[in-house]
Amino acid sequence: MKQSPILKWFVSREGLYYLALALLLVVILPVALDSFRLNMVGKYLTYAFVAIGLVMCWGKAGILSLGQGVFFGLGGYCMAMYLKLEASTPEATSIQSTPGIPDFMDWNQITALPWFWEPFNSFAFTLLAVIGVPVLLAFIIGFAMFTRRVGGVYFAIITQAIAAILTILIIGQQGFTGGINGITDLRTLMGWEIRTDEAKNALYFVTVAMLFVCLFTARLIQQRKLGRILVAMNAQENRVRFSGYDVAAFKIFVFCLAAAFAGIGGALFTLSVGFMSPSFIGIVASIEMVIFCALGGRLSILGAVYGALLVNAAKSGFSESFPELWPFAMGALFIGVVLAFPNGLAGLYQTYVMPLEDRLFKRKKAEATPAVAPVAGKPNAEKAKDYDPMIDHYSPEKS
Amino acid sequence: MSAAKRKNGDFLLAVEGLTVSFDGFKAVDDLSFYLDPQEIRVIIGPNGAGKTTVLDLICGKTKATSGSIKFAGKELTKLKEHQIVHAGVGRKFQTPSVFEDLTVFENLEVSYPQGHSVMGALAFKRDLAVVEEVEAVAKKIFLDDLLDQPAALLSHGQKQWLEIGMLLIQKPELIMLDEPVAGMSVAERQKTAELLKMITKDHTVLVIEHDMQFVGDIADRVTVMHQGKVLSEGSIEHVKADPKVIEVYLGH
Repeated sequence: MKQSPILKWFVSREGLYYLALALLLVVILPVALDSFRLNMVGKYLTYAFVAIGLVMCWGKAGILSLGQGVFFGLGGYCMAMYLKLEASTPEATSIQSTPGIPDFMDWNQITALPWFWEPFNSFAFTLLAVIGVPVLLAFIIGFAMFTRRVGGVYFAIITQAIAAILTILIIGQQGFTGGINGITDLRTLMGWEIRTDEAKNALYFVTVAMLFVCLFTARLIQQRKLGRILVAMNAQENRVRFSGYDVAAFKIFVFCLAAAFAGIGGALFTLSVGFMSPSFIGIVASIEMVIFCALGGRLSILGAVYGALLVNAAKSGFSESFPELWPFAMGALFIGVVLAFPNGLAGLYQTYVMPLEDRLFKRKKAEATPAVAPVAGKPNAEKAKDYDPMIDHYSPEKS
Repeated sequence: MSAAKRKNGDFLLAVEGLTVSFDGFKAVDDLSFYLDPQEIRVIIGPNGAGKTTVLDLICGKTKATSGSIKFAGKELTKLKEHQIVHAGVGRKFQTPSVFEDLTVFENLEVSYPQGHSVMGALAFKRDLAVVEEVEAVAKKIFLDDLLDQPAALLSHGQKQWLEIGMLLIQKPELIMLDEPVAGMSVAERQKTAELLKMITKDHTVLVIEHDMQFVGDIADRVTVMHQGKVLSEGSIEHVKADPKVIEVYLGH
């Protein structure tokens, strides 16, 4: 009997990992948690988008960005601007001196909607902007830096500076951005109440669905030659260049990809939390995002999802009981990851759990299929599949 | 463009008046030399003579201060590195630089001359032509049994071969090798000489090498460099007998 390739993938080991994650997010957590907690998980998951982007950009291609909060924030602000405009109908804002504009603008003596707010009246434009604005900024930064061969720690510092600049800009331009308070009091999305339990549950499942879209996009890229070039570029940039590739173009691409994922995450964050403020996008937030990725395993997109979930859950748990201790716990966690297990949870899993699985799996296989003699002269169609790309491969002796 | 299309007597590579200065120090100083199609040229010279810099200049890693490098009618000094590769120049580095995280197969596949743009690399399909080409090249470089191995697990000599294979699969007209047998065992040296002889059948090759035995084995002509300039040029016998070469390089 011939199995379809998709079915085959689902019963492969990698497919089972994805199934396990889907089971956890779609069945177990929604059943086990109340609406409030589930919404929290949804919020954590929006950070997983950033972490997946960082796996591609930092883990695979070796470009450490300490400014992913910028792209997360831009996506989030784009969504918040749309929601704010929808909440600022002339009727709802009739007590303002200028009805029909967001309340914080009115407080700051602004009397007309700024030009760059206008397009956010359109939901279609907003959806485009959620991805487009972060990608455009990433492209400009990437183009300016990578064509000049700026990389490594210099690039990381510049991205961090950009995170600082954006925060200062947003706080300073209170009349246009809502300042330090952010854009608050968001109520409806195209007339749909987003603050009810049902809406929050629905948003959770939208987040999960989008997360899998991003996971599969990242996985597809890893599987194609594109993914192997990203990995190759990380270790031997010159060899890639002298194999005929324009290295800067590939770096710009992966940086834009990470920005796109972060933007989607940011927009979903705004929806799930109901407001957006500069505190989610600054230097500290950006570094936390790197920690999610590092803890989960910077070489594994699935690891990154678990990393974002676990660190955020720990953060909430800790902050509820010992709020003052959380920064220390976070710091200790990061040092621990860097020193003890540089490949994060995914690395630990690969080193300690996978060999156990191997033994289990092999025994089963041996029982199920009596030894088959290897067939000489395989058909050509199968030959091309013989050399599997080493997805998520890493060698334990390398740090 | 194939060698046959060009008129007889045209040079494949013409380096003229090439100069590069680093903060006033001229690593390569008004250097000129010419390569015929199918020629095997070896550059020798004492340390610091500027040999590696010449390769860096040709492949675009270093930008020339002045002078010209014409390859098959194209001016290389104005092109970017990847454009020079597409023009048909392949370069191997002195220390083996292969992709340790990828398998031998993937290393060769990455160098396959197709899908070099971002979108091209996304759309690139591992079809039968690619697999066969990779297998053919792997056989030439003695690694056909190790296609599934991560390159990190190869020996030093095997990595050098793999990098040569990565050049071969690009199908360049000109192959530049920087000390291909340095650090190799005697057995590996012999196999490498064999490999180079096979390569030189259908490529123009520019090699930097110190091992005079090896140079004598493979070279059509030898260029001796000293302090960024050409000290002597000609057959191996000619340069070996040149008193200037004996003075600065070979020793009495």
